[in-house]
Amino acid sequence: MNPIVEISDLHVRFKGERTVHALNGVDIALAQGEVLGLLGESGSGKSVTLRALLRMLPPRRTDLKGSIRVEGRDVMTLDEDALERMRGGTVSMIFQEPMLALDPVYTIGDQIAESVVKHEGVSFAAGRQRALEMLETVRIPSPRRRLDAYPHEMSGGMRQRAMIELALACKPKVLLADEPTTALDATVQIQILLLLRELQREFGMAVIFVTHDIGVAVEISDRIAVMYAGRIVESGTLRDVVKHPSHPYTRGLLASTLHGAHRGTRLQAIPGAPPRLDQAPVGCSFSPRCSQVSSACAVETIPLSDIGNDHRVRCVLAERVLQAG
Amino acid sequence: MSVITQDIVQPGPATRTRGYWAGVLRRLVRDPVSVACAIVLLLIVLAAILAPWLGLHDPYQGSMIRRLRPIGTPGYPLGTDELGRDMLSRLVYGGRLTLYIGLLPVGLAFLIGTSLGIIAGYVGGLVNQAIMRTIDVFYAFPSVLLAVAISGALGAGIFNSLLSLTIVFIPPIVRVAESVTTSVRSLDFVDAARASGAGQLTIMRVHVLGNVLGPIFVYATSLISVCMILAAGLSFLGLGTKPPEPEWGLMLNTLRTAIYINPWVAALPGVMIFVVSICFNLLSDGLRSAMDVRS
Repeated sequence: MNPIVEISDLHVRFKGERTVHALNGVDIALAQGEVLGLLGESGSGKSVTLRALLRMLPPRRTDLKGSIRVEGRDVMTLDEDALERMRGGTVSMIFQEPMLALDPVYTIGDQIAESVVKHEGVSFAAGRQRALEMLETVRIPSPRRRLDAYPHEMSGGMRQRAMIELALACKPKVLLADEPTTALDATVQIQILLLLRELQREFGMAVIFVTHDIGVAVEISDRIAVMYAGRIVESGTLRDVVKHPSHPYTRGLLASTLHGAHRGTRLQAIPGAPPRLDQAPVGCSFSPRCSQVSSACAVETIPLSDIGNDHRVRCVLAERVLQAG
Repeated sequence: MSVITQDIVQPGPATRTRGYWAGVLRRLVRDPVSVACAIVLLLIVLAAILAPWLGLHDPYQGSMIRRLRPIGTPGYPLGTDELGRDMLSRLVYGGRLTLYIGLLPVGLAFLIGTSLGIIAGYVGGLVNQAIMRTIDVFYAFPSVLLAVAISGALGAGIFNSLLSLTIVFIPPIVRVAESVTTSVRSLDFVDAARASGAGQLTIMRVHVLGNVLGPIFVYATSLISVCMILAAGLSFLGLGTKPPEPEWGLMLNTLRTAIYINPWVAALPGVMIFVVSICFNLLSDGLRSAMDVRS
């Protein structure tokens, strides 16, 4: 099956006062209708990956290398017109903080209508009609009244629903979700996750769901990719990665959550801090924090090795881990 | 409580678009100070527009025998000036010129300054530097000095004083427009608009303009009073309108000599300038709070 999103060997380097090697060879293949949970801590390159996919990084300060294909078309060579058609049309994005991502001076209905008018060339009234239908789809109570509401008149959960609605208004094939539940409280968070999962099935969308919360990733993903210092260190099906975490970093992440922790024992933290990315990393970026570090870790870029069932790990110990696990 | 009852009373149909400006007007009408100021300004503006049809004395017709009559003289309710011309008539006719030179430069500066400021703020980089550093040059001079200098260099006259006042008010408006645009540009909803496929022009026209126009407009209305005072000052110095044209600043100047003989009449043009400018200021304050949808 042909992947709808195919990123291979993507490098992103920010120039300026300080050089930052944000992405150092990212490969992602996303099939139609699949949900990929992109997991990692702050600064690991999750959001940069999404923005690169939409070519939304500032062009003057960014070096972009590698290839990005959406529906088989090379995103790197698209001109501005084609990019505008792709953004919101084929690929859509929802943001972390809905209060900031909705324009405060326009009503929800007008904002959605505008996007529909832009992509489908229909009248503004037809756009508003679509907005109303969508408000029902994302289950906002009394949608007719909410159509004319300003973002500040709605609650946090309702704003995030409106944000999702805005992203889905033109029936995209790929949805990029940049920590959409982080700013919400726990009960609303689960509602939004369930809604997203439902809409994803209904629309048959492929989703890249970025989060730093492994609990959220488990809730929504089919596959998981763990990022560290601008690289994917482990990827595989949800079951494989959670049941048999094979990269020391993934294991550290799983050990540091509350799920499965025992009362009275301390939560395990990963010692140290993520590396500075002002130089391109050589060898394994995680090695300074790793408890199983060996001389082989620092030598060269470690390849992703498949340890079965498309479960890939970027670690010199991968083979041994497989045998031991 | 009132909010809840309103919601129940008016469940809007799906096609109703409650405009942003309709909401602003609704909130503005609730503020008694703004309403009072608006009424005063409206009366003055209407009087100025309708001056020829109000049955007033000829504002240019002087008389040597009825010079400097006090306020309350029969037939001349506000007295007469140093050449025996009817003060009421001259104040009403003077409002035409004074409002004209008070409003037009701010309006022009608003259009030019907003465009320049948004371009500088949105495009950034070298364009920003070029525009803002040029503006800084104008900023080096105090506004009164700049207006006097430009008017003086170009020569007296209404057109030249309009021009000089416009030039004086462009830099502060560009400054405000640029800083508001810069802060709006970095907000998430601009990114979100790009992510949903909006082009640069759409973003600038819809999202940037929609968010920056309010603050700039409010700032510009607060400049009207300054502009009127500056215009009056130019006329007072003999750089704006020329006698016998009725204009409040100029009237203040010519009546200056009569201040010991008939102080109340001499103060009238000043009172008018004061009332109009304070009304514009209070109205712009009201507008500021009415336009803040988040409150």
